[in-house]
Amino acid sequence: MKIAVLIKQVPGSESALPLNDKQTWVDESSVTYVMNPPDNFALEEALLIQEKVDDVEVVVVSMGPARVQKVIREGLAKGADRGIHLEENEEVETDPLSIAKKFSDVLKEENFDLIFSGLQSDDTGMGQTGVLIGEILGMSTATLAIETKLEKDQIKIKRELESGWFQWVTLPFPASISIQSGLNTPRYPSLKGIMGAKKKEIKSVLQELNTDQSQNIDNIFVPQTSKQTEIIETDADAAVDRIIEILKSEIKVF
Amino acid sequence: MDILVVLEDSQGSLHRLSKEAIVGAQQLGGSIAALAIGDNASEISNVLSSYDISEIITVEDELVSTYNADGYTEVVKQVIEKESPKIIVAGHTYQTRDFMPRVSAHLNIPFIPDIVSLSDKGFVKQVLNAKLNATISSNREQIILSFQSAAFNEENIQSGSCSSRYFDVILDASMIRSTSEKPFQESLGDVDLESAELLVSIGRGIEKEENIPLAFDLAEVLGAEVSASRPVVDSGWVDSFRQVGSSGCNVAPKLYFSLGISGAIQHVVGMKGAKNILAINKDKDAPIFEIADYAVIGDILEIIPKLIESLKNQ
Ligand SMILES: Cc1cc2nc3c(=O)[nH]c(=O)nc-3n(C[C@H](O)[C@H](O)[C@H](O)COP(=O)(O)OP(=O)(O)OC[C@H]3O[C@@H](n4cnc5c(N)ncnc54)[C@H](O)[C@@H]3O)c2cc1C
Repeated sequence: MKIAVLIKQVPGSESALPLNDKQTWVDESSVTYVMNPPDNFALEEALLIQEKVDDVEVVVVSMGPARVQKVIREGLAKGADRGIHLEENEEVETDPLSIAKKFSDVLKEENFDLIFSGLQSDDTGMGQTGVLIGEILGMSTATLAIETKLEKDQIKIKRELESGWFQWVTLPFPASISIQSGLNTPRYPSLKGIMGAKKKEIKSVLQELNTDQSQNIDNIFVPQTSKQTEIIETDADAAVDRIIEILKSEIKVF
Repeated sequence: MDILVVLEDSQGSLHRLSKEAIVGAQQLGGSIAALAIGDNASEISNVLSSYDISEIITVEDELVSTYNADGYTEVVKQVIEKESPKIIVAGHTYQTRDFMPRVSAHLNIPFIPDIVSLSDKGFVKQVLNAKLNATISSNREQIILSFQSAAFNEENIQSGSCSSRYFDVILDASMIRSTSEKPFQESLGDVDLESAELLVSIGRGIEKEENIPLAFDLAEVLGAEVSASRPVVDSGWVDSFRQVGSSGCNVAPKLYFSLGISGAIQHVVGMKGAKNILAINKDKDAPIFEIADYAVIGDILEIIPKLIESLKNQ
């Protein structure tokens, strides 16, 4: 069985996010990147299946400039067998339909039984790429899995619905499924894994920039707050005094 | 028609975000049709009869009697193909996240999700963990939009009247590839967070499991309950019934004391009804401060122990 895991490299939650000169995205040179956290759960789910079932190949796939090889290597160090890099040169695309078509072109000949992806990315948060790819490739698709059970020629997943509701859905292979955070505990790569990853194959497929984007980020900006907020920025002792005053005299908690 | 609003059936009634989506559609302007699918379609269309939209389209078929992604995709696809709306809108719900990308893929129509507001240049969406906003536009003749919770206020819905008609879909069982079982709710905890007056709520800023007792100690001196963000629940540090947010509970306490929570929208939808929001976060740009009444910039691991000490002396 072959499982592809789609991994995106995104700015870390603690990264500085200065805007670029054109104010169309952040200035990439000041950003520290990490593996998109939901994708990490998707990868772990594939690796758990690989441990339980014989003959499972896990392939990590990422699109982006040369820097994304870092998250592909990270995936390999954790136990994936090989990597595919859809390499972008100049501008990084953000249009989900265009991105999904590029993935589909590259993944088509691989005939994956399963594609796992994180439910959305921490950067653009479009939350659709895994489903788009699955649909373009004629696979069955589902979103927001928080538990998976492999069965013969099909996979059963527990889907998260709103406000504490859930639902079981059974999908025939091949299937593309987006994974919700928290369904497992992602492993850290071992030293042996890190060493071994250096020898694993990463196939690079150079992508041409699609000039006909179906949607485009024209500019980005810092959101304005609408609420009157009292800002308390002092040392811990003074902060504690002010908090007690607020609790007592303003919110009247005691 | 110019705009098609795809409605959501929330256990027999119209989903709140569908109402907000109608307000969004009214603000976009043009002739609006609303689509109700499934067993409750006629009840839902009754709710809409006093709104200022052109018409309600209902679809009833046993293959889409309740929600399933393949069936809904097919229905929405057939309605779009026949009626050619320029804009298709919906609330950004779990259900929309599930089937709308399929519609987008099948019809090659771009889906711009999770929009927070309209601007004259395009659609505004949060990016990078809500620390920045982006304006997105499309040059296509048809687009699909979904609106984030509270992007529009349902009280601004314009009333009027509208007609209603059935739409015949052609469905057969082979179109439904996956089997969906009946939704169920997981067992609830013994603490009723939704009616709690005071909540001490912890996020990933608490850093590790050993620090969790700090939150319970603080809650005890305040006479509060403890709630948490999703990552704290996912880590197994507190029980899942304590989770606040779109996949947890909705709370509206007198005090929501937020400790080391960034303020992601999926969390905020569950607590923004709190009367007073007091937040401590070490990052002065944390989105939680945008909705807080009091924003303490500082380290919770330093402040909480001191706060507990001082409160004990009160
Ligand atoms: C479909 C979907 C459903 C979801 N449902 C929910 C839900 O129901 N509830 C929910 O909460 N989330 C939900 N999420 C997840 C949500 O998007 C966020 O990832 C989550 O709320 C973040 O939790 P957090 O704020 O605790 O962690 P983070 O975002 O990691 O934030 C931690 C914060 O702590 C601060 N911090 C760190 N250390 C300290 C310190 N020592 N002192 C002070 N501050 C510190 C940091 O500056 C940061 O702001 C959902 C996501 C999706 C996609």
